[in-house]
Amino acid sequence: MSMCTLEKRGDLFLLTLTGDDEHRFHPDTTASVLSLLEQAKSQSTRGSVLITTAHGKFFSNGFDLAWAQSAGSQTGAVNRMHQMVESFKPVVAALFDLPMPTIAALNGHAAASGLMFALSHDYVFMRNDRGVLYMSEVDLGLPLPDYFAAMFAAKIGTSIARRELLLSGKKIGGEEAVGLGIVDSAAHDSAEGVVEATVSLGESLAGKKWNGEVYASIRKSLYPGVCAMLGLTAKIAASP
Amino acid sequence: MCTLEKRGQLFLLKLTGNGEHRLNPTLLDNLRSAITQIRSDPSSSRSLLITTSDGKFFSNGYDLALAESDPSLRVVMDSKLRSLVADLISLPMPTIAAVTGHASAAGFVLAMSHDYVLMRRDRGFLYMSELDIELVIPAWFVAVIRMKIGSPAARRDVMLTAEKVTAERGLEMGIVDSSYGSAAETIEAAIKLGEEIVRRGVDGYVYGRMRETLLKQVLHTIGSNESASNRMRNSGSKL
Repeated sequence: MSMCTLEKRGDLFLLTLTGDDEHRFHPDTTASVLSLLEQAKSQSTRGSVLITTAHGKFFSNGFDLAWAQSAGSQTGAVNRMHQMVESFKPVVAALFDLPMPTIAALNGHAAASGLMFALSHDYVFMRNDRGVLYMSEVDLGLPLPDYFAAMFAAKIGTSIARRELLLSGKKIGGEEAVGLGIVDSAAHDSAEGVVEATVSLGESLAGKKWNGEVYASIRKSLYPGVCAMLGLTAKIAASP
Repeated sequence: MCTLEKRGQLFLLKLTGNGEHRLNPTLLDNLRSAITQIRSDPSSSRSLLITTSDGKFFSNGYDLALAESDPSLRVVMDSKLRSLVADLISLPMPTIAAVTGHASAAGFVLAMSHDYVLMRRDRGFLYMSELDIELVIPAWFVAVIRMKIGSPAARRDVMLTAEKVTAERGLEMGIVDSSYGSAAETIEAAIKLGEEIVRRGVDGYVYGRMRETLLKQVLHTIGSNESASNRMRNSGSKL
């Protein structure tokens, strides 16, 4: 069963989480996504851009909690949760390291690690008619992994927005997400519309023909706290 | 290369001539000298600095042509600009950058190293050019950007799209405090603002210490050398 695919459309790599399910980050899903990101990296050239999207009602609903619970014991469940938290880190690292601009096109809901996945991209677009952002941890009684907290601190600029997202258990729709500065745009009312808009942005970024290694290096220097946690250092070449 | 004037309580530091005011070692030395002179002026605790320039450019960044011909000068220019920015951060008086021309890369950082940025809106832009010219951005530049540009999206736009930021966009992003119709109006407004601030009777020494505290993270990053794994190579950015 294929959980995700990587297509090439001109300069654009399109990573899609396939199927009508919740695209939860079970270790197998994470491994598949990681492998496709590595593929995109190895095929990257000047002007490459990554767009990530998904099919169905969900972009991703987070970790596979059912899989954790089915371990049959409290310890087993905790171990499985830990495994998912740790195996997800390389996906975030791979996105921060990717030698090309990255855009998340949210077709639907993004919760917990699903939202982390979205925020690991340089640009995030969502729909204004459907789909919410939701950090479920406070409702589920789960603590936030340290690299999650670092991501929010780095990518979400106001303390009000961070509180709304992390401490209120709120399900945040497109318009509010734009207002809080969490996403770049929520101007479209269909999955196709969002993807089209991201393709348009992607093509204009591709047209700059930037050097991908330099792009990745500058991106990592923009987020030093998160990168330190992920064990990523910015490779510095000549400067000035 | 630069001149220093005193007008009442205001120090006016100007990058002179119609060139790009590239931050080569000589200009950087002259600027630091001017700052030293300002600091040692007996009335400096009740004064204010305005930095501006002649011509089309505020500053177009480091002298890259010079660095091409002598790569060891890259480190020299970086080191001198670090010292200059550290001096500006600890300067015992408020500072205003009257941006009357393009400010790129190191030139953009120099503008942002002032407490207030006033800019003309009829032409000129702020531009973190590195991505377009395949150079990386030093960690201490990023520390200045993080301090002076509040929104993560704006920081991304500046660093990862190499946006040519007009005064209008600068106002939106919170990099620019106010904008004016021409170079002359910008300088006039800087002088007016400077006089207003000085009238409030700010104690420069206290002000300077407060600014250092506020910009502690920037000073820390300026003071630290990039780690061995990040050491600058002269071979360019091809990896």
